[in-house]
Amino acid sequence: MAKWGMAHGGVGELVQGIAQVMNVSSVNDLRRLTGGASRETWMFSADGEKYVMQRVRPGHPGGLGFEPQVLMQAQLAGVPVPQMVFDGSSSDALERPFMIVRAVEGETIARKILRDDEFAQARTVLAAQLGAAAARTHMVKAEQIPDLPGLDQLTMYRNVMDELGEPHPVFEIAFRWLEQNRQSQDRRTLVHGDLRLGNIMVDPSGLTAVLDWELAHLGDPMEDLGWLSVRAWRFGGANPVAGIGTYDELFTAYEEVSGIRPDINAVRWWEVLGTLKWGIICIRQAATHLQGIARSHELAAIGRRVCENEYDLLEYLAEMVK
Amino acid sequence: MTAPHDRPTASELVQAVREWMETDLMKGIEPRMTFHLRVAMNMLDIVDRELQLGAPMEERHAEILRGLGVADDVELSQKIRSGEFDNDIASLLTALRPVIEDKVRVANPKYLR
Repeated sequence: MAKWGMAHGGVGELVQGIAQVMNVSSVNDLRRLTGGASRETWMFSADGEKYVMQRVRPGHPGGLGFEPQVLMQAQLAGVPVPQMVFDGSSSDALERPFMIVRAVEGETIARKILRDDEFAQARTVLAAQLGAAAARTHMVKAEQIPDLPGLDQLTMYRNVMDELGEPHPVFEIAFRWLEQNRQSQDRRTLVHGDLRLGNIMVDPSGLTAVLDWELAHLGDPMEDLGWLSVRAWRFGGANPVAGIGTYDELFTAYEEVSGIRPDINAVRWWEVLGTLKWGIICIRQAATHLQGIARSHELAAIGRRVCENEYDLLEYLAEMVK
Repeated sequence: MTAPHDRPTASELVQAVREWMETDLMKGIEPRMTFHLRVAMNMLDIVDRELQLGAPMEERHAEILRGLGVADDVELSQKIRSGEFDNDIASLLTALRPVIEDKVRVANPKYLR
């Protein structure tokens, strides 16, 4: 205990709290990583193993939502995910809701995965591995995660667009086309909701884990495959799937696991929606700055990325209305 | 150069700041700040391109809207939404292409194919 007596602020207490919930004698090298807007991310080791702890930031209501449940179901379905060690979503042991998972080794930075020699081998298998991981994710049925939200994505972004109140004719054409060409939704499953480079861990041999399940919801499983192929998430790569692979690699692996061959038209529909959605998120990011909610030149700059999505939508739509 | 202002022009002022950021500032800041500085430099590039290319783009945009029979993007958006262009989406896409290309040419010309 004396070892941690010198720790400043609440870190000493945090170390003790973690040691207690994990039932270990010592917690070492606790350090904070840069995290998202609503979560703190910490790393530490205990008994020679490395762990990651996510905790809700102060002043953020709503806890961890469905993420711990989703993560556990995904793991049961065979998706490579960080292994849950302690679900503290309804615990007050560390003041705010938290969860502890086993750390996964690898790289998340898209640019490196796409270009570094170290990942040359990984790039040959990644599209197929993502197809298999998505197929396993989509084996999780609605009833396995009671109350998981499943809002209609198109309606949801229509509302966001209307709230933002900025006119973008190309986005209106996209909305119109999407409404008139809705795909039949015969499957309704767990959807990761943000499956792309940046949210996956990759080592030189390939995919090691699918991360960031915060946006998981119920819906059409083809959403994940479309999002994975949106041009923004190709990060300049030449191929459609995560900039790395082909639709055929993705679909074949998906079919091997699930027995279902994805329909390219459904995937393309979700790609169009994904491009529109990212464009609207860009408007919203800039608005966060412009409205003074969070003044930031980075957020401001994102406002000028809206037109990249208009440009991509023109291309998609020109191909589709032919 | 816009009368009655002296040189440097607005564009030249922006370029001067940008050059200072790249040659001096970049070397003197913590590594974690370099990304933020690159974002800022990129923003100045956008401003510079808009200053240099913006006037004819504004004209082209207005002309295309006139050709479509609408006053502005708000009216065009409403008409698309209410279905008035449903029978002619392909030519609407063609008509809007130069506008969108202009926007990308200012914001991120490398993105153009």
